[in-house]
Amino acid sequence: MPLALIVEQLLNGLQLGLMLFLLAAGLTLVFGIMDTINLAHGSLYMIGAYLAATVTEAAGSFLIGILAAVIGTAAIGAALEIALFRSLYRRSHLTQVLATFALILIANELVRIVWGSQPISLNMPASLSGPIEPVAGFRYPAYRLVVIVAGIAVGLLLYVGVTNTRVGMWVRAAASDREMASAMGVRTSRLFTFVFAAGAGLCAVAGALLGPLLAVQVGMGENILILAFVVIVIGGIGSVRGALVGSLLIGIVDTAGRAFLPALFRVLFPPAISSEAGPALASILIYVLMASVLFFRPRGLFPARG
Amino acid sequence: MRDSFHISLSPGATAAAVAALVLLPIALNAVDQSFYIVLATRILIFGLIATSLNLVIGYAGMISFGHAAFVGAGAYTAALLIRGGFDSAWIAWPSGALAGALLALVVGAVSLRTRGVYFIMITLAFAQMVYYVIVSLKILGGDDGLNVPHRPVIGLGVDLRSDAHFYYVVLAIFVLLLAVLRRFLNAGMGRAIQGIRDNETRMEAIGFATYRLKLSCFVAAGAVAGLGGGMIAALNGFVSPSLLQWQQSGLLMVMVILGGAGRFLGGMLGAAVLLGADEILSDYTTHGSLGVGIVLLLVVLVSPQGLSSLVRRQLG
Amino acid sequence: MSPPAGLCVDGLRKRFGGVAALDGVSLALDAGELHALIGPNGAGKTTFIQVLSGADRADAGSIVVDATEIAAFPMHRRVRLGVARSYQISSLFANFSVLENIALAIQARSPRPFAAWEPLNADTALVDRATDALNDVGLAARAEIRAGDLAHGEKRQLDLGLALATGARLLLLDEPMAGLGAADAAKFVALLAALKGRVTIVLVEHDMDTVFRLADRISVLVYGRIVATGTPEEIRRHAEVRRAYLGEEAEGG
Repeated sequence: MPLALIVEQLLNGLQLGLMLFLLAAGLTLVFGIMDTINLAHGSLYMIGAYLAATVTEAAGSFLIGILAAVIGTAAIGAALEIALFRSLYRRSHLTQVLATFALILIANELVRIVWGSQPISLNMPASLSGPIEPVAGFRYPAYRLVVIVAGIAVGLLLYVGVTNTRVGMWVRAAASDREMASAMGVRTSRLFTFVFAAGAGLCAVAGALLGPLLAVQVGMGENILILAFVVIVIGGIGSVRGALVGSLLIGIVDTAGRAFLPALFRVLFPPAISSEAGPALASILIYVLMASVLFFRPRGLFPARG
Repeated sequence: MRDSFHISLSPGATAAAVAALVLLPIALNAVDQSFYIVLATRILIFGLIATSLNLVIGYAGMISFGHAAFVGAGAYTAALLIRGGFDSAWIAWPSGALAGALLALVVGAVSLRTRGVYFIMITLAFAQMVYYVIVSLKILGGDDGLNVPHRPVIGLGVDLRSDAHFYYVVLAIFVLLLAVLRRFLNAGMGRAIQGIRDNETRMEAIGFATYRLKLSCFVAAGAVAGLGGGMIAALNGFVSPSLLQWQQSGLLMVMVILGGAGRFLGGMLGAAVLLGADEILSDYTTHGSLGVGIVLLLVVLVSPQGLSSLVRRQLG
Repeated sequence: MSPPAGLCVDGLRKRFGGVAALDGVSLALDAGELHALIGPNGAGKTTFIQVLSGADRADAGSIVVDATEIAAFPMHRRVRLGVARSYQISSLFANFSVLENIALAIQARSPRPFAAWEPLNADTALVDRATDALNDVGLAARAEIRAGDLAHGEKRQLDLGLALATGARLLLLDEPMAGLGAADAAKFVALLAALKGRVTIVLVEHDMDTVFRLADRISVLVYGRIVATGTPEEIRRHAEVRRAYLGEEAEGG
């Protein structure tokens, strides 16, 4: 197996993992701090992608498109938090699941009404549309490399923010013990709005960056949402570090699995089995991984609460 | 003596309801709307499936987000058997139930070691696994699914190819299973699972093997869901992976909540409302989901008891 | 009621992260003994109850009830053997009546708890036994009240009643009188005194009057270790105990 192919797949996995991290970080914080399941997190990602596509088309600039998407989605996130999620914090998980499931239905239909059922296109900047050759003999799409770099940058920003700023400290305190944090004077209600809006902004970044690579269409949020949930369950709810580890793990395992498992099966098994078993196993690999992690660590790898 | 667990059905109302259901096809035929018999059959089947989920969510308090997988398992099993020449409903449908039960056993055995939101996520993940496996296997038709070439045979002078006959068979199964469920819920096992819902830790602390109890409940629900799946496969004449999508699991949960989680007829009511609304709305708009979403959101937010109680308090 | 059980705990250890909540605890109780466990907050008393009841697993050590080693048993199996606990914060079935609460506990100990196909009000035998159990804890008058609606003192009674109704031979009581006013507390002490000898009791309690009045023997747990065991008189005179635990009270009072 050529080294270049392996490196390429690992980079793809890294890219997926970093984008997953952007979603998972917001999700795990909302979960960890507000103890709230938000199925509509994927819808924020979708809205981010749609906003990016529309503004990029109108303004002619991908950068402006992303910026508009982040600001717009964060604003929507803040509005949702104030208007709806505040009523959900004290309710049961079942209520939250159903309410946010309703949000998915509403969001999908609204998007369908405004933009139609057909996928819309979000084009990557022309300057990035070709491959580059970072190392002699190895070519990789420039855009994907930029996505990786952007993901790392945002991730670092998040890490620095969470560990080194006052707000970040509040966030970590609240994730570890919400009541105690509130008793210690953390303004929980504003913090919640901020966390929610920030999570929405991160979703928008992921949506905008992935838009050119995947289709921008109604329902795009659902598939990645499930991956994000797998990530935070593996990583441990409430833990940003867990979200990072989980995302990279899932991103790489899923990508490498899909790329190499079928080939591996073809080597090991007769075609009658391998032609289907390989891809089938590849598609469920991350769920097997999740079940295994939960078997040994029922609360994930780095649960935020003791 | 007060009995907080007791499900009481007024004999008069029950008899009237059953009578109405029995007369329905006749009435529909009379007004030349016999097309709706199939819809009514579908509502009964989903009512049964939703009731099985209500057992898990509403009565036992386990928020399972992967119930569609058991329906799908039953549907595909029945479809494969009928396609393979095993025409008899006496084989196809119980096999569907068995498939649902076995899958629930595996999923439950692993998932029930977790609690709270981890449980929700792991049940969802398992359902996804089943979905993706089915989609990947060509012998299961992949994305397109499988045709069920004809309705199964049941004998006893009943011809399932007749929509009316199919309806009556489903109705009989429905009434029978609901009666069994009511008996079960009103007795020792029913008290125990509701005890688990109320305070699982204390149930264990007074000597109940809660894991085993929850697993039994989960498997029983999986069996009924599998049976429902088998009946759907026969009714529709095909099975497709869309039966197993997680949105389907979500819709089943919606049925339970709309109808009333923890209320005996909650699943039935929810199925009737959702499927009925879908039928009516689809004539007017393709954006029916918007309405469903808004209604669901309002119900969830405004529900006076708060869905977190999940119990209809039958006070005194 | 079945005969009370003897308890022998040896070398019990339990760590949480870096903290040793139980650091080699050994204790032997005679059948029918009421043994109080006292010690400063955070000493490990609740952990001791958790580990004994099966809510948590010890890292090391043995727990022998009569002749049976139970350290590896899951909680419900220990309850079947006769080891039951009560909770410092009342843990009840809030949505069910007091009688139904007790009925659940009695149902659990039946050899075939799900054989019944009858609703509760048709099962007169069960209802009778539950009513008797309610009499034992003085709640018979409140049988039909929803457990969540009980007064605080009554909830403590029911919490104890649930543990008793399992047919326990060894009771693990975690501050059963937490939050009780003087009148309720006196009633509770009488309740516990009536149980003495019929059931072996491990009593975690803060109120020294109660402890000295009820206990056959007392153990003092400090930082996960037992620093002293003896009769109330012996403990009262024990120098190290006075210093570490009672000392400040004696000086201040």
